[in-house]
Amino acid sequence: MKDAGDPLPAAGCVFASRIILHEILFFLFSGVAVVSALLMILHRNPVYSAIFLIVTLFALAGFYVMLNAPFVASVHLIVYAGAIMVLFLFVIMLLNLQKDAPREGGKFLRRALGAALTLAFLAELGALFAFKFYDQQNVVPASAVAGVGVGTGEVVVGSTRAIGAELFTKYLLPFEIASVVLLVAMIGAVVIGKKKLK
Amino acid sequence: MPLVYYLGLSAVLFSIGVAGVLLRRNAVVVFMSIELMLNAVNISFVAFAAHWKNLEGQIFVFFVLVIAAAEVAIGLALIVAIFRLKQTVYVDEINLMKW
Repeated sequence: MKDAGDPLPAAGCVFASRIILHEILFFLFSGVAVVSALLMILHRNPVYSAIFLIVTLFALAGFYVMLNAPFVASVHLIVYAGAIMVLFLFVIMLLNLQKDAPREGGKFLRRALGAALTLAFLAELGALFAFKFYDQQNVVPASAVAGVGVGTGEVVVGSTRAIGAELFTKYLLPFEIASVVLLVAMIGAVVIGKKKLK
Repeated sequence: MPLVYYLGLSAVLFSIGVAGVLLRRNAVVVFMSIELMLNAVNISFVAFAAHWKNLEGQIFVFFVLVIAAAEVAIGLALIVAIFRLKQTVYVDEINLMKW
């Protein structure tokens, strides 16, 4: 949200404290998100996995609020934590999934391969950051970089009004196509879920 | 807050999602990991939107959300159908299409 008016004399101080608050919240939310995401993939009981995923999603909603995207944050919570995760829990309940049974043969090789591939992927991303961003910060003039901290300075707030205006003018066709996609998904889910196909 | 922090967080969450897809056998948990990856990408979209002061990243998140919802509906229906057929949700036991 845009602050209606920072009092002029204290503007610099308020600005600095906002940056510090931003950083504290960033590390708090990212810690919660990463830890609960790890617990999600490590926990053997799918119900707990779903609940840890919900915790991660709440932390991500916190990021959206910090990044001046209140509309995205609320829609994210409603659609993900509200609808999608309930769907997940419903399916887990329907299928009566208990703890995963331990697997006997070929487990170690598969695990090792998966872990190696994941680490390779993470290393690739890290290398990308290390090279690409280092270069960019040297190329782009310092004035351009310094002013554009995320979530600081002048802001564009993704309010419902602003997003709606974009969505119904510039992105009208994709929006309508999205509704058709949802309709197709709905019909598809009903057809696939039917007991016997005729 | 530099943009790189958000992109790094996004990369870490995406990698955790990749690990979940590669390491877990339970199809429901694999699906949750895919959701995690979609969300990791959404974080970078919103961070870029805030960085370049451009609303289009947030609009794109909206569309990703729509696709994710459709994908979950279809995917969970598929899992239920496969469970009905094979009595299992473990992806290594589902080899109907293996030649």
